[in-house]
Amino acid sequence: MNLIENIEKKELIINSSTDNLSDVRAFIQAVWNSYGYDEKEGKNVVVSVDEACTNIIKHAYHFDTTKTIKIKVENKKDRFIVKITDTGSHFNPNGIPEPNIPEKLKSKKGGGLGIYLMKKLMDEVKYSNKGNKNELILVKYLN
Amino acid sequence: MADFKVSSREQGQICIIDVGGYLDAHTASELEKEFEKLIEDGQYKVVVNFSDLNYISSAGLGVFMAYVETMREHGGDIKFTNLKEDVYSIFNLLGFPILYEFFDQEEDAIKKFNQ
Repeated sequence: MNLIENIEKKELIINSSTDNLSDVRAFIQAVWNSYGYDEKEGKNVVVSVDEACTNIIKHAYHFDTTKTIKIKVENKKDRFIVKITDTGSHFNPNGIPEPNIPEKLKSKKGGGLGIYLMKKLMDEVKYSNKGNKNELILVKYLN
Repeated sequence: MADFKVSSREQGQICIIDVGGYLDAHTASELEKEFEKLIEDGQYKVVVNFSDLNYISSAGLGVFMAYVETMREHGGDIKFTNLKEDVYSIFNLLGFPILYEFFDQEEDAIKKFNQ
């Protein structure tokens, strides 16, 4: 990863592997910091993008590391927007119900919290599907 | 690649797991292995010390969710200590403080087990 180039283009393309999540976090953190926004909110955006990419790696691409994920940041006057695109299985996070965590503990299940966490941490989570392309848009309002 | 460290030590009947660095979907399996080892050894009273952990995503939380019931069924538990504010806020957002016990210091979690 050439972080400086990625920050300038506000774009990062990774192969679909959890090994690359640290690069995704470094990229989002660096772009956020380049605008001098609130540090704590930046960490929330970083976790959300990590969760979104993890979800794509697991559920859209089923751990196929030859596939790619594109992450593009748009900084508007009043909002910080992260657009994440993949060409895997369709997966609308807005169709996922809120997890019942006590129930998951009883049944010794660990997963299924990422989408819920992402929705809690961001102001808007939008999903669209055009042809074979999935686009997830995460929005953080700037005060 | 994410930097994550996990190790465990014993204090009497209690096992303390020290975690450090970044706990995400890539590194969560290392923590799972640590829990599998404890269960194999019949060690069910666990304190997780987060003092060196800088980052957690839901994959990390998932590990604690998957193992806590087994610990409780055997008279043990998983208790959490020394969390940085950012890490605690993720647990808090998902409602973990009503399902798990959190302590500021490791000694307090150990004391609670020994009560």
